[in-house]
This record gives sequence, C-alpha cells and structure tokens, in this order.
Amino acid sequence: MDWSLVFGNAAAELISPTTAAYALAAIGLAVHFGYTGLLNFGQAAFMAIGAYGFAVSVLNFGLSFWQAIAVSMILSVLFALILGIPTLRLRSDYLAIVTIAAAEILRYVVSTTSLKDLTGGSSGLSGFATEFYAINPFPTGNYLFWPFDVTEKELWVRVFGWSIVALATILVLLMMRSPWGRVVKGIREDEDAVRSLGKNVYAYKMQSLILGGALGTLAGIVFVLPRAVQPGNYVTGLTFFIWTIMLLGGAATVFGPIVGSMIFWVLLSLTEGVLQGLVNMGVITFLSTDQIGPVRFILIGLGLMALVVFRPQGIFGNKKELQFNV
Amino acid sequence: MSNQISVGDASPGCQKVDPILVADNVSRQFGGLTAVDVAHVEIPRGKITALIGPNGAGKTTLFNLLTGFDKPTTGTWTFEGKNLAGVASYKVARLGMIRTFQLTKSLSMLSVIENMRLGAQKQAGERFLAALIRPLWRAAENRITEQAEELLKRFKLDAKRDDFAASLSGGQRKLLEMARALMAEPKLVMLDEPMAGVNPALTQSLLDHIKDLKSNGTTVLFVEHDMHMVRHISDWVIVMAEGRIVAEGPPAQVMKDQAVIDAYLGAHADIDLGTVSIKIAKDDN
Amino acid sequence: MSQLLITATKKFAVALGLFTFLFGLLVPASAFAVEGEPVPDSNVFSIGGIIKDGDVVLEGIEISVLGADGFEAVGTTGADGRWSVPVPGKGEYQVTLRVETLPTGASLRDPDRSQKTVKIDVVNTVNVLFPLNDTTTPAVKPGDKPATAETNVFLGRLIAGVNLGILLAMAAIGLSLIYGTTALNNFAHGEMVTLGALLAFTFNKILGIDLLLSALLTTILVAASGWFQDAAIWRPLRKRRVGLTQMMIVSIGLSLVVRYIFQIIYGGDTKVLSQGEIWDVFGVPTQAVNVISAGVGVVILLLVAAFLTKTRLGKATRAVADNASLAAATGIDVERIIRIVWVIAGALTGISGVMLGLFLQASWDMGFSILLLMFAAVTLGGLGTAFGATVGALVIGIFVEMSTLVIPTDLKFAGALVVMILVLLIRPQGILGKAQRIG
Repeated sequence: MDWSLVFGNAAAELISPTTAAYALAAIGLAVHFGYTGLLNFGQAAFMAIGAYGFAVSVLNFGLSFWQAIAVSMILSVLFALILGIPTLRLRSDYLAIVTIAAAEILRYVVSTTSLKDLTGGSSGLSGFATEFYAINPFPTGNYLFWPFDVTEKELWVRVFGWSIVALATILVLLMMRSPWGRVVKGIREDEDAVRSLGKNVYAYKMQSLILGGALGTLAGIVFVLPRAVQPGNYVTGLTFFIWTIMLLGGAATVFGPIVGSMIFWVLLSLTEGVLQGLVNMGVITFLSTDQIGPVRFILIGLGLMALVVFRPQGIFGNKKELQFNV
Repeated sequence: MSNQISVGDASPGCQKVDPILVADNVSRQFGGLTAVDVAHVEIPRGKITALIGPNGAGKTTLFNLLTGFDKPTTGTWTFEGKNLAGVASYKVARLGMIRTFQLTKSLSMLSVIENMRLGAQKQAGERFLAALIRPLWRAAENRITEQAEELLKRFKLDAKRDDFAASLSGGQRKLLEMARALMAEPKLVMLDEPMAGVNPALTQSLLDHIKDLKSNGTTVLFVEHDMHMVRHISDWVIVMAEGRIVAEGPPAQVMKDQAVIDAYLGAHADIDLGTVSIKIAKDDN
Repeated sequence: MSQLLITATKKFAVALGLFTFLFGLLVPASAFAVEGEPVPDSNVFSIGGIIKDGDVVLEGIEISVLGADGFEAVGTTGADGRWSVPVPGKGEYQVTLRVETLPTGASLRDPDRSQKTVKIDVVNTVNVLFPLNDTTTPAVKPGDKPATAETNVFLGRLIAGVNLGILLAMAAIGLSLIYGTTALNNFAHGEMVTLGALLAFTFNKILGIDLLLSALLTTILVAASGWFQDAAIWRPLRKRRVGLTQMMIVSIGLSLVVRYIFQIIYGGDTKVLSQGEIWDVFGVPTQAVNVISAGVGVVILLLVAAFLTKTRLGKATRAVADNASLAAATGIDVERIIRIVWVIAGALTGISGVMLGLFLQASWDMGFSILLLMFAAVTLGGLGTAFGATVGALVIGIFVEMSTLVIPTDLKFAGALVVMILVLLIRPQGILGKAQRIG
C-alpha cells in the first residue's frame, strides 16, 4: 500500500477541475441561499443544463466552444425564469420542493430513452471537448510538481476552471457590495420589509436566481470538460453536496464556497484512500472495497447534520451574518 | 360640531376637506369571517390620523389591504387620486405611501446604516447591471448616507450606526423602522403601533418625531392602543370595531362617543379609556 | 407509580429503537456473498466484471467504457461470462452495459443502472457489476402482464394507480402529520418507507417468517424508529430552538446517512419481496398481496380519519397542527402529541413501506425516489392536512400509472412532478388547502 499516493491524490484535489466546478456551483448557491435566502434545492439542474446544453450544442448542432457556452447560458436563464415564475411568490419551503422536483424532472428528461438521439439516454454523451483541448495554449509536456503534476491537457482544464471561479468570485463580491446586494440581503432578512420600502422583491429574487443559476451552469460545463456527460451525475445528491460545501465554508461569505469545496474533496479523497488502503491491508474486515463509496456518503450526511446544527455560519462565516429564516 | 378637517359634521365615513387617501367598499373575508368591511373612509392630508379599536377590529388588516400586502375581497381606493386597487405593494410604496409593521421588521443581519440606506428611493445601483459600475451610483450613495446619518442623529441612533440591527433593543428597532421609512421621503406614513414596546424614556421624542413629520407636510396615519398618545398628538381619530368604522372625529369628541366606549367595553371590560397608558407594552418578537 | 410506568415505557421504546437499528445491521450480514477476485499487481489498468443471469454466465455481452477526452473501448464477455477492458490510466470512466446485446428475456434488475462511473486511482483493476433479473425464478410485477384488449390496459393502469395511491397515502399522511405539528419538511421520511420494505424482506425472505407476522413486526419496529428519531434528534433540536430550514437540512443529512447504511447492509440491488398468487381483478391479473394491501390500506386510512376526528388524542393532534401555542395554552402537552405523531407516522409509513415493497420491490434507495411523490401528494392536497395528503396521494398514484399510456414509462415520475408544479402555479395553497392569513 502506497500511502504517499493516497495523500498525494488527496492533495491533488485542491486544484482539481472537479473542486473548481463544485466551488463555482456553491458560489451560485451562496448567491441564492446565503445572500438572498432562496431555498434552491435544484442546483444540480443548473449544472445539468450546463453539461447537456454544452455537449448537445457541440455534438448535435456543431456549434463552437464559445457558442456552446453561450447557448448553455441562455438555456440557464430560461430555466431560471420557468422555475422562478411559479415559485418565487410562494413560501420558501414550497420553493425547496419545487426546485428539487424540477431538477428531477430535468434528470428524467435527459435520461429517457425517447430522447436517446439527442441526450444519449442513460449512456450520456462524450467527445464534445475536442475544440476545448484544441485551443489549449500549453504545449505538450508535464507541468507543476508532485502531487500536483499534470499533463498539458489537465493543466489547461484546471487553468480554465479556476479562472472562471476567480471571475465569479470577483463578480459576486462586486454585486454584494453594491446597493443591489443590499436589497437582496434585505430580502434574506425579511422580504415584506423590503417590499414596504418600494423594492420589487420578486424581480430581485428572479435576478438572484438567474445569477446563481448561471454560475451553476458554468460549473456544469467546467465539470464535464474532463469527463463524459452522464445523467446519473445529476441526482439530488449532487445538490446536497453543493449545499454541504456552501455551508462548510460559510453561506454568506465570498471565499467560503471555494475553501469549502477544497476541504470537501480533500477529505473525501482522503477517507476513500485511507479506507481502501486499510481494507486492502486487511486491517478493516467488515467492509468490502465496494462499500467504501457508501461510507463516504454517510460521512457527508453526518458532516452536513453536524455543520448545520453546531456551526450554521460555516468555518469562515461571521456568526452574526447568517441566520436561517423560513 | 364643526372642525376644519371634515366637510360638515364628523360621522363614520364622512367626507374630508382635503383627503389624500379615499377608500370605498373595502372588505376582506377569511373563510367565512369578515375581517374588514369598510364602506367609505377618507384620510385627511397633512394631518395626524389615529386608527384605534379593540384587538381584532381589523386595523392591521386594513393597513395590509391599503398598502397592497393583502388582497381585498371587494373594494377600490385611491391615493392622491391614483387608483391603488390591485397595485403591488412595492409600487404603493414608490408612490409615497410607506408603512411600518406591528412586529418590527428591522433587517437584523444588516447594519443600522445599511437598514437606513435601504429605505432610500431612486438609487441606480439597486439595478442589476448598474450595480457593477460603481461610478453610476457612488454619488447617490454618498447623498443617501448623509441623509441617513442626519436621520439617525435625530432618532438618537447615530451611536449604533455600524452595529447589526439585531443588537438593538425592541424600542430602538421601532425607531429604526420609522427612520428607515422616512428615508423614502413618503407623502403618507402609516405606522402600525409605533409605541408598542418602546421605552417610556423614548416615547416623548417619538411623539415629537411624529409631530415634526406633520410640520414637514407629511401625512401620518397610525394604529395605536395607547389612548394617551392618541389624545396627545392626533388631529383626527377613526375607530374600528369588528371590521367596520364605528366612529370618527377629533380626539376629544371621539373619546366621549358612546359607540366607541361600547366597542372597547365589548372587548376589554376592564379598560378605562382615560387612563390607558404607555405601560401596556406589547411584547416584541 | 404512573411516572415509573412512563419511564419504563420510554426505556422500552428506546431499547426497541436501538434494537431496530442493530437488527438491521446484523441480520442480513449473512446475505453477503462477496466474490473473491484476484487482485493483479502491475502497472496495467483495467476495468472488468462478470455478467450472470441467476447462476448462468452470459457470453457475448458488450460493455462500453468511455473515458476522459474521448477514450472509448468495448469489452465482450467470454465463455466464462467475464469481460475486461484495459484503460490508459487513472481517472474516471463511464461503463455502460449495452442492453441490446443481452439475450431475449434477460434484463437489468434496475433499468436505470445500465451505466456506472468508476474511478481508477488506488487500485489498478476495478470490477463493475450489472445485476440482472433472475429469469430462472421469475418475479411478477403488477401491470406488467401483457393485456390483449385496450380497455384491459386502461383498467390495468387504473387499478395499479389506485393501488399505488392508497399505499402512497399512508406514508404521505405520516409526512403531513409531522409537517402539521412541527412544520418540519422531513426529507428523511422516505427512509422510513425503505426501512419498512427492507425489514419486511429481512423477516419474510431471510428469516422465513410468515408475511403477515413480518408486516406486523415491521410496523412496530418502524413506529419505534419514529419514536427514537424524535427522541434522539428532533426533540433536542426543537429544544435548542434550531430553525426550520436548519432542521430541514438536518433531515437531508439524516436521509443520506440512513440510505447509505441501507446500501452497505443490503447492497445496491433490488430485493424481490412479492411472490405468490395472481388474482383476477375486473379481468386484470393482479398480485393477490397487492389487492389485499390496498384493502388493508383503505381500512387503515379510515381508522386514521376516525382517530383524527373522533378521539380526544386525535382532536388534540389537530389542535396542535392548527396552532401549537394556542393548543399549549389550553393545556395540551404539545411535546407529547408530537412524540405520538412521530410514532403514528412511523407506523403508517412502515406499513406503507411493506406494501410498497410488495408492490414495487424493495431496494436501498426506494424511499428516496418515492419521497418526491409523497411531497407532491402533500403539496397537492395542501401542506399539513391529512385528508389533503390522501387525496393528493390518490391523484399522484393514478396519474403516475395512467400517464404511461401516453408518455414513456421512464418519464412517469417526471409527469407527476410537472402536475405538482402546475397545480402550485394555479392554486398555491394546494387543492384542499386554505389561503393563509398574513400579518
């Protein structure tokens, strides 16, 4: 058993494109929940729109890389509108149920065999990132140092993913420090009060849903660049992981989601590696290697419960900044 | 008995010389229960009008209806001649009709100054795209901040400027909510129990603020249980019971009205109208 | 004396709750049959597995493997049923069973799982399993019978829909009662359904206990789990004055924890729970247990209605659901009522789980997939009313089954959720809910 490999793999998660994608999705969710107080339980749907919007645009309609991103973003805005119109006037727990339902509807639709020609059905899609790798500015070779050593392709997807995370962070920072941010934070605290001061609460909620959803969609694109698109990834579990990440770092903080995502993935990789190592060495006999996956989910669940009860403001959040309202 | 506010004698639903708000046939039913059933009411411009009545008389519901926070079963009403029936609450506020709430709605996790700034109207930086371009709204922000600081000083909250609103006492939150409403420079302020839970030491200054509003030309309509305050500052009193307006008139006249006494006695047999004092504090949540 | 009795009862209930948990952990351990695979120790990376139908290995089945940036390979099973595909290196791969290459009659036990993602990182060789339906001992699913006349198909779907609706209603009432009394949207409610189905499987199929007795034991144990949940988690959280949104997220965490404990114990495959006589219902062949389930379900629903409207306890429950602080002021012990609600909800959900297990078969994540249908039922009926939940569940059940006449079967759940969203658009308070008073 090579323990340095286990720790190396865990450390490599710090900069992995998956970590970037989850951080991005969590930043979007922070806009929804942390700043505006919207209970969006369908962030997986926005990621699915990014993944499928991008892949289908490239594969079925022959669009270029940037065009495909633009199409995904347009779809994302449309989806936010469809989701927001019936729900943003309702009580917040209805929004939670409707967003989770909408995400599931979308997942059923992309995995149905009747749309196999478009979405690949349950097999999903692959081979859509050719152009992305073709515009790679890094020449062939190995880059960085252990445990972050990567090929030029891996470097390119990391640079691209983290650049978007950086841009999103700046965008959210600027928005939340503006009068617009003040209004949405006011809505988080008490929407009737904000309404009584002449603000169109519904429009602000919609804008927030669109902004956070668009970040989720970008996250979906970053997520699939190094892998295939497959419907099984967009289950409600994905949304809950993003919630865990957001709450871990602090829902109403700008850097919280990034750090949350890093901690989340490093810990996951570490637990998986260590458990697998212990099973292979015969130290743990009550688990088989197949059962390590579920153990990770159990740990995430326990973490989520503990976090929300004992440290709802997250690791970096100001205890006073975030309180939960319904 | 004549006065300068109503056209002719004061009676429930009487015409006013210069009304700012006129409501007709406004009713609201919850299930089979009629919470509000107002045939006609006019609120006089530039005056301080008190809306009183026992618990459950429908005062807050009427506030909710007039400001668009609730939808009436029937009814129409106009503010400065503009039809307001079916108009969304935020548009009502933009027209210059700003309300406060019975249970204070200070935005706990925003600082006091941010609460105040939120009250300001016409800040371009509140628009989605403009928010990203600071030069578009920096000047307005400075002006708003100045205005807010001035109001905070008047309401003796300036020491709390950068504290979270959550750290204020119940009475201070009431003051903050009122000051925030004034940031919008309203033509009509509607205060729902402004004195409830306010420390007696602060009540006098609160009364003065309300009188100041009037001298600045702002119309005030307020719901209050404290008869002392009603007597002291209001120019006109409207009495509601069981959803209807049962009496109207200058305070001295209304307090003597048998219908008013009956309405109160029906609800609280132990309350003496003359001595109800500020001590009846509502618990603030 | 009576205090003593209460304490004793509480202790018993805790013991029962713990027992349920431990029981679930220990018993089916014998059900594990891990196939020993040689662990190759080289720098070659590969993905492989074995495809079997019951005990018969299948030859010539194709499995495709897709990797990052376009790696694609196809493996075919040999005479021993084994396949193996060498892959270029570490990373995530997407493995898909080409369902069309399966021999006629053979199908995936779970049609949604024709595809899996595997990650090669610490171990060089990863085995992927695709469990197939065991055609050697066929299980009959209701409504799957080919019907000749069109009316038969229609009637078949309707019967299946009413059946599903009744079973769903019992679990939905549990969800609705909990929401009504505590305002908690319990995302872990589906796991009580799963617990019911899996315990029934354990008693009936592993321990060989009679089905009726199994159902009874299961109901008692799931009711105990409701007691235990409230005592161990929800009551302390209410005491800490944890907010409702936080509690909702706690229930999400709990649902993840419990669901994956089920997966570890019972594995990822579907457990066949129902077998037996087929009855003819209006010319539609229907499993006898499902007909009986529906009948028992109706009786239970009537009993619940009588309990809520006629008994003191039931009236108190409704009072708490209506306005908890007012109920407390009139001398009702709100916490006691809430605890009772958890027990009743547990019992109802447990029995629903047993019956849904008989109807849909049991698996570790069945509850979660039904959870949204329950939420849809409760939302449709109007949050927090037991009667509304029943009507909502029937609407959803019938819609889910009938919609398959028009839309593809794999979209039937999606259709029900679309209906829920549309109803909310037109009538936000649900079909039977009353508009809320503001301020």
